[in-house]
Amino acid sequence: MQHSIEELEELARKCRIEIVKMVYRAQAGHPGGSLSEIDLLAGLYGTTMRVRSDDPDWEDRDRFILSKGHASPGMYALLAERGFISHDDLTSYRVLGGVCQGHVDMKWCPGVDFSAGSLGMGLSFGMGCAVAAKLDGSERRAFVMLGDGEIQEGSVWEAAMAAAHHELGNLKVILDRNRIQNDDFCESQMRMFDIPAKWKAFGWNVKEIDGHNMNEVVEGMQFLSETNDGPSILIAHTVKGKGVSFMEDNPAFHGAAPNDEQYALALSELGVTV
Amino acid sequence: MAATRDGYGQALLELADNEKVVVLEADLGKSTKSLHFRKAYPERTVSCGIGEQNMLLVAAGMASSGYIPFASTFAIFTERAFEQMRNGVARPNLAVHLCGSHGGTHTGTDGSSAQSIEDLAIYRTLPNVTVMHPSDEVSTRILTKRLASSSNPSYMRTARNKTPVLYDDVSEDTIQIGKGIELKSGSDVAIIACGVLVSEALKAADMLANEGIQATVVDMHTIKPLDTTLIDNVAERCGCIVTAEDHSIIGGLGGAVAEHLSMTSSTPLERVGVKDRFGESGQSDEMLELMELSAPHIRNAVHRAINRK
Ligand SMILES: Cc1ncc(C[n+]2csc(CCOP(=O)(O)OP(=O)(O)O)c2C)c(N)n1
Repeated sequence: MQHSIEELEELARKCRIEIVKMVYRAQAGHPGGSLSEIDLLAGLYGTTMRVRSDDPDWEDRDRFILSKGHASPGMYALLAERGFISHDDLTSYRVLGGVCQGHVDMKWCPGVDFSAGSLGMGLSFGMGCAVAAKLDGSERRAFVMLGDGEIQEGSVWEAAMAAAHHELGNLKVILDRNRIQNDDFCESQMRMFDIPAKWKAFGWNVKEIDGHNMNEVVEGMQFLSETNDGPSILIAHTVKGKGVSFMEDNPAFHGAAPNDEQYALALSELGVTV
Repeated sequence: MAATRDGYGQALLELADNEKVVVLEADLGKSTKSLHFRKAYPERTVSCGIGEQNMLLVAAGMASSGYIPFASTFAIFTERAFEQMRNGVARPNLAVHLCGSHGGTHTGTDGSSAQSIEDLAIYRTLPNVTVMHPSDEVSTRILTKRLASSSNPSYMRTARNKTPVLYDDVSEDTIQIGKGIELKSGSDVAIIACGVLVSEALKAADMLANEGIQATVVDMHTIKPLDTTLIDNVAERCGCIVTAEDHSIIGGLGGAVAEHLSMTSSTPLERVGVKDRFGESGQSDEMLELMELSAPHIRNAVHRAINRK
């Protein structure tokens, strides 16, 4: 089923509300990178991912690897909206015994294909999924979401080089280029200079989009789907904390929860009438 | 109550008078508490981005050039650079001081990917490396400062969450690398603990006192070199030993004590630790309960040890 742009935007808005609620309830977690990635997740699942919520372990499903596994509230919100888990499950975020562990975990949550939380691991894992799909003669693909801080890990570039060497057209990356990492802006922690040129030099197909413009997001997903001569990367320019004014572009909300007052403001900005 | 990671951050500031002291970060300075040093001495702080392997060897290069590097990240992410630590730091015996914060399941709701329960074990296998896991903010501060004059590399684990302050009015001399501290003396059992479980061990000792059992409690903040003199001493006096750590039952403090005792005596030993499993998301106190590490579990282990005398 194809969704209109408006429907995808509405899906993302609903997810944003759940992200804020989860982090508020837990009084911990990572809202910034969840809010920056959510339009991309909505676009990916709404137009491209071949998955079955009633059969999450379906062998020939596309794989999605949230390599920046701390941005789990975004993933959980989406999985709830798409019926992989219930909205009730979202209250288990960071709660003992809950399916919604602090970082996405394939042993705990249906629809999660990789146990993440340690940065720089997901692209290698995704490459493994892509190689296996080829060996199986399967059409399935591996999509990997990376953070921009995350690509400072050397292991990302080991995988980037290897994926191009093996001409893995079924390996697709989305880079959440929100310009902020844990302690501060990337610019002060570790400058990365020309990111698109780096991936091109590693032999990847590269496209850049505005990661909050749903038309461009959908075009980006098409680019990933249709580019099959080697690995491809969609570099999405985003705003960390997008949709909640005081979180936007604010390093303090990488890993911090809103207080009561901020929570009320965030919900009203996201169109929740109490 | 205070967090040991704050003791680390404070110590770095106090060490800054020595111009050879440098700090290396991997995008977790806010968490490990090296951020205070970075703010005050940006020119002596090297940001390595999210790149732990690079950080360790940059530190090694600086140590070989006469600097005293303190590098930190979460305990779990230091492990990514284990081989760098082994081949580039320990083997040439370069005095790089690696601090892993947020160690153990006590770290809490981040979940199993962030809860290192094997760091003490792996670093303990490296020749030349001092391995420590202090129990409170004060001892962490003092021990970190002592490291600056050590000629060996080190690994120190600190904790994310607050625990009781145990050494508020103690003279600094009592806190020395490689010397366990006897916090309580009794003759029925010796509880040897490290890190966040030292205060749990003290609670267990109080429970046991109500049952008429007098426990010795040792803060074994240094896992390597191990204070074997003190272990032999309490083994002889108490006749049985319980170890307690927020770490795998395999290879950490309990493993180190077991290795020693197996050569010197037949003293019964019970080990309290994470029983060869991974953690999960939960609050610190819930984790200590789930992993069977809290005071009542230490007390139960004491009963088992005494029964084996
Ligand atoms: C190997 C590793 N080192 C450090 C961390 C701690 N950490 C968690 S999130 C984060 C910043 C990530 O920044 P980025 O990839 O840009 O994610 P986003 O901004 O999208 O949240 C860091 C350093 C980690 N999870 N894994």
